[in-house]
Amino acid sequence: MIFFEGFAPLLTWEAVRFLGNGFWLTLRMAVAVILLSLVLGVLLGVARHSGHWIWSRLATLYIETIRNLPMLLVMLFVRLRTGKIFVSFGFAAPVFWATVAGMTAFVCSVTAEIVRGGLNSVDKGQWDAALSQGLSRTQTMWHIVLPQALRRMIPPLTSQLVTVVKDTSYAWVLGLEEMTGAAVIFFTKYQNPLQTFFAVACVYFSVNYLISLFARRLEKRLAARTY
Amino acid sequence: MHFAGWLEVVKAFDSVFLTGFLVTLQISVLSLALALIAGLVSGVASVAPWRAPRTLTRLYVEFFQNTPLLLQLFFIFYGLPYLGVKIDPFWATVLSLAIYTGAYVSEVVRAGIGSVSRGQFEAGYAQGFTYLGLMRHVILPQMLQVILPPLTNQCINLVKNSAVAMIVGAGDLFYQIDNWQAQNFLTNHAYITAAFLYLLLTLPLALLATRMERRLVVRLQGGSAP
Repeated sequence: MIFFEGFAPLLTWEAVRFLGNGFWLTLRMAVAVILLSLVLGVLLGVARHSGHWIWSRLATLYIETIRNLPMLLVMLFVRLRTGKIFVSFGFAAPVFWATVAGMTAFVCSVTAEIVRGGLNSVDKGQWDAALSQGLSRTQTMWHIVLPQALRRMIPPLTSQLVTVVKDTSYAWVLGLEEMTGAAVIFFTKYQNPLQTFFAVACVYFSVNYLISLFARRLEKRLAARTY
Repeated sequence: MHFAGWLEVVKAFDSVFLTGFLVTLQISVLSLALALIAGLVSGVASVAPWRAPRTLTRLYVEFFQNTPLLLQLFFIFYGLPYLGVKIDPFWATVLSLAIYTGAYVSEVVRAGIGSVSRGQFEAGYAQGFTYLGLMRHVILPQMLQVILPPLTNQCINLVKNSAVAMIVGAGDLFYQIDNWQAQNFLTNHAYITAAFLYLLLTLPLALLATRMERRLVVRLQGGSAP
């Protein structure tokens, strides 16, 4: 069958190395984006939750605007605007970091909402108890409420990680040869788009399925604990 | 950001921004309709009393939710011509968006069916309904209120995801403005105007979803809607 012959180029060492490089870039990007956007998301989420007259409003404005835009639009805009900055600061991989910055700008607005959901789920009594013990509002947030909220955020955060792994494919538009981009280059050489894209889809699927399985397990384990 | 740039935006509004906006709207509406059909069929099949449709829908949902939309679009756009099917960028985008979003709609429908009490199924079967008749006349009408907020969220995601059309050159809003700013370097103007146009579609839907959710919570808790 001609269809199965198309898989032959994928079984070579060259293919494994080339697509493997793309996979490695995809993973690095996903991890960088989720970690950075977690930090920014916590800051934004706490700011929105705080009800402070200016920080809360600014955070809400940012979150609601960026979250409702196409990620690709935000990514490309940040990439176009910050590319030069990363070059002038002497980054070794300016395109990589500009892309990560673009994705983070979008993803942190989503993680901020996850953080806010987590903060809202913490019982109000925790605030009263901590404040009555003489802790300040800031101390209560960082030492009492946020640690409890973080634990409840783990399931939605892992599903966000799945989304981020998928969305790294957009980096191909910005000129990074991550896995989808590598697949496009690979299939143009061997003229086997169906087989190449199917194989790459299986890799994405495996990674994301593992993450989802891990998330489900974690969810069960955390649900068992009541504190 | 100079003022003259905004004059350029106004001058090109018809030929660039509005044209693209309408294409984005077309892509969104067409793929939403297809996604709703695919999701409804798949969602109803995913809780069917037979094993085959359940397994098939599970595979569909898991595979399409866990792989990138862009990859699915490339599969259709670059792959189908090798099978002798010619497809233009517009329909490739509509098709891939419909299949991708359909997988999410399917899960929404499945959760909606799960929200209807077991007794309704038993009562329906006792009255002699077939599986499909029961779904159509008893279960689906009852779950509509529960699934509308998550469906609206999927609709927002679809509009946002429609920006992938620019990658294959389907002439949507993003494609138009990116070409435009590449010619005259009015990057800020182009992107900010495009952002406003996208928000024009997504923000009302987001507000609607939040409102419906709030009303639903009130009703489920036994109070009356304000």
